[in-house]
Amino acid sequence: MIRLEKRPQPSRAFSLATPLLAVVATMVFGGLLFAALGKDPLVAIKTIFWDPLFGEFSFFYRPQLLIKGAPLVLIAIGLSLGFKAGIWNIGAEGQYIMGALFGAGVGLALYPLEGFYIFPLMVLAGALGGWIWAMIPALLKVKFGTNEILVSLMLVYVAEQFLASMSLGLLKNPEGFGFPGSRNLQQYESAFNADLIEGTGMHWGVVAAMIAVIFAYVLLTKHRLGFAIRVTGEAPRAAKFSGVNPARLVLFCLGMSGLLAGLAGMFEVSGPAGQVTIDFNVGYGFTAIIVAFLGRLHPIGILLAGLLMALTYIGGDIAQSQLGLPAAAIQVFQGMLLFFLLALDVFTQYRLRFGRQEVA
Amino acid sequence: MDLSAINPILFIAGFLVAATPLIFAAIGELVVEKSGTLNLGVEGMMITGAICGFATAVETGSPLLGFAAAATGGALLSLLFAFLTQITLANQVASGLALTLFGLGLSALLGQSYVGIKPPRLPDINFGPLADIPVIGPILFTHDIILYLGFALVAATWAVLKFTRLGLILRAVGESHDAAHALGYKVVRIRTLAIMFGGACAGLGGAYISLIRVPQWTEGMTAGIGWIALALVVFASWKPWRLLLGAYLFGGITQLQLNLQGAGVAIPVEYLAMSPYLITIIVLVILSRDKSAAPACLGRTFHASS
Repeated sequence: MIRLEKRPQPSRAFSLATPLLAVVATMVFGGLLFAALGKDPLVAIKTIFWDPLFGEFSFFYRPQLLIKGAPLVLIAIGLSLGFKAGIWNIGAEGQYIMGALFGAGVGLALYPLEGFYIFPLMVLAGALGGWIWAMIPALLKVKFGTNEILVSLMLVYVAEQFLASMSLGLLKNPEGFGFPGSRNLQQYESAFNADLIEGTGMHWGVVAAMIAVIFAYVLLTKHRLGFAIRVTGEAPRAAKFSGVNPARLVLFCLGMSGLLAGLAGMFEVSGPAGQVTIDFNVGYGFTAIIVAFLGRLHPIGILLAGLLMALTYIGGDIAQSQLGLPAAAIQVFQGMLLFFLLALDVFTQYRLRFGRQEVA
Repeated sequence: MDLSAINPILFIAGFLVAATPLIFAAIGELVVEKSGTLNLGVEGMMITGAICGFATAVETGSPLLGFAAAATGGALLSLLFAFLTQITLANQVASGLALTLFGLGLSALLGQSYVGIKPPRLPDINFGPLADIPVIGPILFTHDIILYLGFALVAATWAVLKFTRLGLILRAVGESHDAAHALGYKVVRIRTLAIMFGGACAGLGGAYISLIRVPQWTEGMTAGIGWIALALVVFASWKPWRLLLGAYLFGGITQLQLNLQGAGVAIPVEYLAMSPYLITIIVLVILSRDKSAAPACLGRTFHASS
């Protein structure tokens, strides 16, 4: 007879060990999956986790780590604030798209003007775009008690359609020979989010992600608002008595996560992606959910988790081209990670007891 | 623009077809939520059902076997959710999201070699002279058996929840798991069975999209229908007949915007395609003031010691 017994205190050791155990478990089961697909599991795991960092072409892949990690960390930091307080924004993908459209829209509207002020304006517009998109579920929740999960998710589909409409219509490159997609911002100097140090992948989005990590850390540990977020998540009744304003918290958490997702989209479209296209978004908004949980909703944890998840993206690409591993296999791999994390998390709050339960 | 191109009879027959995937997914989720569990993985289970059903139908040549495989696939995937939330007591929102992310990846992986294939067709039931009745005939009597099954499932769910002991136990578990536990009901077992039922239904709904409605396999083809099904359960205040009504409403809107796209209305295609999602939001806003109908234990974790 095995049963679970609630721990008097959550185990700190398990809280830290769970993400690592989950990664190991995912590697084992992911390896089995790759073997089932007819690939050598050890080679596949090495290709995904080792080659991008220390392989022959790592000089090319290492900068990618920052490029792919930055949007994940930016979005996940925002999401984690809400998740901590039980406010579920799962529409970051939509906010990411709107940020990119607003940011790119401002840049393209000013083309071919050159000026130092153009890029900062685009940053503001990107943040605004994501913020506005997230304020829709926030205001509806505060005013009407509408479920923010469903509304924020529905808005992802709306944003995707809006993106399609924009890249085929308003933002389409007039000199693009009729192909869908906007002008390439990489060729527009004042709007280009270039590497700050050539060849490192270190663009403004990476800087923003770093600032977001520090900001979230300070907010959660030192600020009254951070206390409100934590207490609301852990003990909603206690939060009420301590004078937390739930409506303001919803507006702040959703707004902040939208703002950061919008920034991520804006930095992506003006830098690595370069242009607005129909399939500009690649699911960072959803992967960031995994990043937030894998990082235990803690800023430093999210930073590490974001880098790890970026690694699986890059390694997945390499495995796809070198081993013919399907792209979807990596998606399954990432999903598995979240499963193991959630399952193993039980040992933070509970411990296993063997033997028959005694009658009290 | 040529609105006369829309044939009202074909339109109504079409929206019954468009509503069926929603009916399956939503009635399954309704039972799950009645038992006190919130499974946000409907989209993931639907898309998994869609590919399981599609692949099986193509390989065996039998659409009905396909539907059976879809139900099995959906139920198996939902077992993962049941394990996470009932055994390891994980957060239901996070576990549901994990299920959706995982299901989308898994289905893409399974479906790689099935892109661009046409599945075998499930024939319509032959109602003989009934199908020849003007107007009513083509609307009601020219469909496949699964569509009628969806309708029957709603009726059966209503009857079971309202009139049977099984329904009473299910509702008791959803309203107060501690009281149900004290009475000796196996809360975890009942919820696990409910979750599997929800998974099987979502799988059937997914297969209805890939085998009948579209019929084709493309990655991510459920396109948010699983999420609309979740909204539909709220819309219906957890009542089966209202759910049916809601599904027809959404089916009608989907069908209408498709027809308008076909008729060449001056609104761009993208804005028409947004409409089902926007209307879902609007309906949620109108109906979310009253939450009293929600099962009291919805989304709460049950552990016998606490």
